[in-house]
Amino acid sequence: MSRIGAIFATPQHKALIAYVTVGYPSIEATLQVVPALVEGGCDMIELGIPFSDPLSDGTTIQRASHGALQQGVTPKLCIEVAHKLHQMVDVPLIFMSYFNPLLRYGLEAFCAASSEGGIDGIIIPDLPPEEGVELERLTERYQLDLIYLITPTSTEERLRLVAARSRGFIYAVSLRGITGARETLPADLESFLARVRDITSQPLCVGFGIATPEQARRVVNMADGIIIGSRIMEIVENSPQPASSAQAFIEQIKNAISPH
Amino acid sequence: MADKILAQLPDDLGHFGQFGGRFAPETLMSALEDLEKSYREAQQDAVFQQRLAELLRDFVGRPTPLYFAAKLTKYCDGARIYLKREDLAHTGAHKINNTVGQGLLAERMGKTRVVAETGAGQHGVATAAVCAMLGQECVVYMGEEDINRQSLNVFRMRLLGAEVRPVSSGSRTLKDAINEAIRDWVTNVDSTHYLLGSVVGPHPYPMMVRNFQAVIGREARQQTIESTGRLPDYAIACVGGGSNAMGLFHPMASDHEVKLIGVEAAGLGLDTGKHGASLTAGSIGVLHGTKSYILQDEAGQIRQTHSISAGLDYPGVGPEHSYYKESGRASYVAVTDDEALEGFQLLSQQEGIIPALEPAHAIYYAATLARQLSKDHTILVNLSGRGDKDMNIVAEALRVQL
Repeated sequence: MSRIGAIFATPQHKALIAYVTVGYPSIEATLQVVPALVEGGCDMIELGIPFSDPLSDGTTIQRASHGALQQGVTPKLCIEVAHKLHQMVDVPLIFMSYFNPLLRYGLEAFCAASSEGGIDGIIIPDLPPEEGVELERLTERYQLDLIYLITPTSTEERLRLVAARSRGFIYAVSLRGITGARETLPADLESFLARVRDITSQPLCVGFGIATPEQARRVVNMADGIIIGSRIMEIVENSPQPASSAQAFIEQIKNAISPH
Repeated sequence: MADKILAQLPDDLGHFGQFGGRFAPETLMSALEDLEKSYREAQQDAVFQQRLAELLRDFVGRPTPLYFAAKLTKYCDGARIYLKREDLAHTGAHKINNTVGQGLLAERMGKTRVVAETGAGQHGVATAAVCAMLGQECVVYMGEEDINRQSLNVFRMRLLGAEVRPVSSGSRTLKDAINEAIRDWVTNVDSTHYLLGSVVGPHPYPMMVRNFQAVIGREARQQTIESTGRLPDYAIACVGGGSNAMGLFHPMASDHEVKLIGVEAAGLGLDTGKHGASLTAGSIGVLHGTKSYILQDEAGQIRQTHSISAGLDYPGVGPEHSYYKESGRASYVAVTDDEALEGFQLLSQQEGIIPALEPAHAIYYAATLARQLSKDHTILVNLSGRGDKDMNIVAEALRVQL
């Protein structure tokens, strides 16, 4: 079992996953915020590699990506940061990247360096299973989990395809749209997750739009974990004490999703 | 055999050799599958095809003429130059061929809302016109930079009832307008059709847009044979995303005596890095859902581009062009802003036709080539749009106060 898979081995435990854009507003901030998030109760960390054209992302992560690129953040630097974080925290680290920066780096070189740097998995929002065959082969060779996404618009055929090919867990996108904190989650979320549950017993983590303890509690009723990104990046961006503010926020979420 | 393969591309997953494909967010995958299915059904549906043919005739004004540019030919003193007059199509450019087709397809799929991106504004205007005609809600995303340099087209779109949404992210040009249009589509996928304007994007767009634009090449091929008794020696078109060029090239892909040349934007010069020449100066990558030649830095970030023509100011290109380049079926060259301005004035003065800045690149290259060829050669140029929209830019470039 992979390190990611092991997180889901404890019955009733709900995984809490936080997303952080690497290098925003600075590398130092990332190196402080990530350990604080783990201290606050995160089970895994998603490290976002910034991209110039993040078409699945809303304004918060667009701004973070743009800011990180202004700081000169590259995939190579992200791997170095991951390596440092791997020595600081004992939770699985997952890269989130659009496909082009990986392709440019060289898929095999990227997998090798990521694995070496202590990365456990990769999420690529613009790589569906149809285009992922080569990367699946490489991630397997370098013991990385390639995590695919499903969405409320996925047909039953596609749910089966993703369920058969995703490794570590399945990333369930809660809504039709892009990333970003939302006031409310869609009404059909439960029926969507039930549809997925009918098809697979793979761990299911829900992301996109989740920003409050109430939303988190609602989601874990139907899923094995939640992923929070934009709200954390808003806090990191706006707080004078990014690490402690992010930790305080994640503690609230952790509390909301832990069995009482 | 090679001809047959070329004509049959893409494969079932939208690949042209190593290029193309469907690198799209999962939210869009079902919509792309539905779109492909509806498109393939419409291809076989005689009623749909008849309605499309009627609209191309009565709404667009097809067939567009083939014009022998006698005075330009005499001026160049070489090969005979023929112009395919897409500038005479409704709304002033070839873009309308595709928007009529996709507009009808959106209607067939029961989508009542259409989103589109636009660079120069020609695709936005063509989309707005078709949506007005078919009674569809229309939202056009346009980079702020392009809104400033193409204000006339913004006004035209609004007159036609479209909502023009300014895009302020990234380079504030076509690339960023596509990002925003995709984000809108991801959010409103159930009600909305994304009417993509070029042979780019995830499968089935490169195939579908090519097929809607192939009417250009089918007509031009026939018209050239009727006028000259044979096929042209060269077929030349400008390439941004590449829809007018692919529309011209595709029906002649198997005519190996016809040399196909795509003309990209060299902007301020290829060595300055300020250009839009993905095929001539780029490398292979994935942008906007497709694998193709793109302009990127060493870290895989998409580079800022520059061209005097908004329609060529794009860091990617259709995957089929990448395949044509790799297979050697077509060759690709690049022409600078200054040279395009020369082509712009040359056609205006020699033929009384003011071209858009985009095909002015092709005109410049064709005139240069014609001078090197003997009089028994023929060059077919796709005059993909007219220049009315570019008056302010050209006046500024020529330092004329309007």
